[in-house]
Amino acid sequence: MNGSAPAARGPGRRPRARGPVLDRPAVAFWVFAGPFTAGLALFTVVPVLWSVYLSFFDARNTVAPTTFVGLRNYTDMLTSPAFLDSLLTFTVFAACTVPLMFAGSLALALLLHRARWAQPVLRSVYFLPAACSYVAASLIWKLSIFNGVRFGLANTVLGWFGAEPVAWLSVTDPPWYWLALVTVRLWLQVGFYMLIFLAGLQRVPRELYEAAWVDGAATGWSTFRHITLPQLHATSAAVLLLNLVAAYQAFDEFYNLLGTDGYYPPYARPPLVYLYFTALGAGQDFGRGSAGAVILALLIALATMAQGRFLGFGRSRA
Amino acid sequence: MTRVAGQREEAARPAATAADRARRDRRRRRVRGAVGGAALYAALGAAALAFLLPYYLILRNGLATQEEITSPDWTPLPADPQWGNVTALFAADSPMLTGLANSLVVAVLQTGGQLLVCSMAGYALARIPYRHSGAVFGTIVATLMIPAAVTFVPTFVMVSSLGWVSSLRGLIVPGLFSGFTAFLFRQYFLTFPRELEDAARVDGLGHWGTYWRVVVPNTLQFFAAIGVITFIGSWNAFLWPLVIAQDSSSWTVQIVLSTYVTAQTLDLPELFAAAAVSVLPLLLMFLFLQRYIVRGAVESGIKG
Repeated sequence: MNGSAPAARGPGRRPRARGPVLDRPAVAFWVFAGPFTAGLALFTVVPVLWSVYLSFFDARNTVAPTTFVGLRNYTDMLTSPAFLDSLLTFTVFAACTVPLMFAGSLALALLLHRARWAQPVLRSVYFLPAACSYVAASLIWKLSIFNGVRFGLANTVLGWFGAEPVAWLSVTDPPWYWLALVTVRLWLQVGFYMLIFLAGLQRVPRELYEAAWVDGAATGWSTFRHITLPQLHATSAAVLLLNLVAAYQAFDEFYNLLGTDGYYPPYARPPLVYLYFTALGAGQDFGRGSAGAVILALLIALATMAQGRFLGFGRSRA
Repeated sequence: MTRVAGQREEAARPAATAADRARRDRRRRRVRGAVGGAALYAALGAAALAFLLPYYLILRNGLATQEEITSPDWTPLPADPQWGNVTALFAADSPMLTGLANSLVVAVLQTGGQLLVCSMAGYALARIPYRHSGAVFGTIVATLMIPAAVTFVPTFVMVSSLGWVSSLRGLIVPGLFSGFTAFLFRQYFLTFPRELEDAARVDGLGHWGTYWRVVVPNTLQFFAAIGVITFIGSWNAFLWPLVIAQDSSSWTVQIVLSTYVTAQTLDLPELFAAAAVSVLPLLLMFLFLQRYIVRGAVESGIKG
């Protein structure tokens, strides 16, 4: 696409043609990487910069605004209870899903790693939920498992023990809907993270366990504590980071599980759902939507770097 | 702690006792092994049932009658499978049919296009000695820091300015340029044996010929692994189609399904039948392309 531009910019000492034009590094590089770079520029870099520009303007229902408002969109967002609440929602959601996902996938991987028989079949079964979309899973959770009427699965099971049916999603006090939000994500994703842990476990050298056993550290817990866990350090860091970023971007299950019954307030609303309604809802406020996107992007970048610093993950990434 | 204590103990005793201990331990372990094995498989089996439960619910409800679902007594399986629930979804010009067709087109083109564009970029970054290659790579890594979901507002602004709202172009094209996929390909091509490429050069092939005749044919497994993961992601995508497909003619299957759920225009069995139909293509992929999916998941997970 822009293959000729860099070649033309190059200084006059063009090497005497040793073979086809296509083999000059600059030309070849842009032939290969040009389409991608142009696309990335057009659909990511330029939009992000444009968005930063919009965030300083009153851009309601327009993407070519004229009224400069300085930092007002930012101060509006940072003082808006709805936006701050969405950050709180994310924090609660991450505090629930990240540890459970981590512990659940690690436990499954450890169990499966010890299984000699039927391991491939079980692995497939645990990974099978990854085929399901959040929309389809939300449908099952909302209309079957956590259906608030008597025939819902959870209420059927409660009924066997003589308990009254619970209105899982349609009441916010107590906030049982969080149970649906957290479990649907666990079901969909635990198998995926289990695979990553399993791959990590398979890379732990066997000699380490043999050496520890000779050293007398034969009990399961101490080998786990002193060998398995340290050896899984990089994998654990990756799983934690992936989980945190994924929780931050939670949208599908909130939108589909709470869609008709629950709007904010009193239902919790995560940042992306808030952003969606601000920028693309009735108001089409691109200025505040953009300011929100910039704030969120900065927060996630900070969190990524902080975690990289703590867990030494940043270096392996670049 | 344990290890330190163990080492001291080891140093105090002659080495031969280690063999004794090994034998004793092995015997003890065999007894414990049988009990532990049963417990292990009980846990694994219970987990497996829990994981399969939602799929069972889709199947049961999708083939049941409304009365069977809403009855206060739990019916484990419908007495008489109602295949009519499924065929009702495919009545003439039903949104489901349009949705499935749109999703197929979007997922296929997005997967193919992303593999093409991102693999070539990855190859250039890994192998073509260009002065500004490092700067380009740095820019790509920088865009990785911005989570894709946060850019949906900016990208929507761009795509709507291009007039691509409610079009397949708008659904497909912005998803082609994944910095993450280009990054994965770069890392992978860095490990590709240079000797093969050198041999191709000796045979007179340039970068273009080397890439298409030597590199690609020898890395098809990796392409397949990344491809299936991209396809799954594209088929199950929700936020971007929700933003861009505003006209029902451009809805993907996920949007159709979500509309069914929120508007509740269908009865329960039909809703579950629709969910089953939307998941079925990917379940078939999981059955037949399992190897690539697992590899793709591990590659993209570990390097992410």
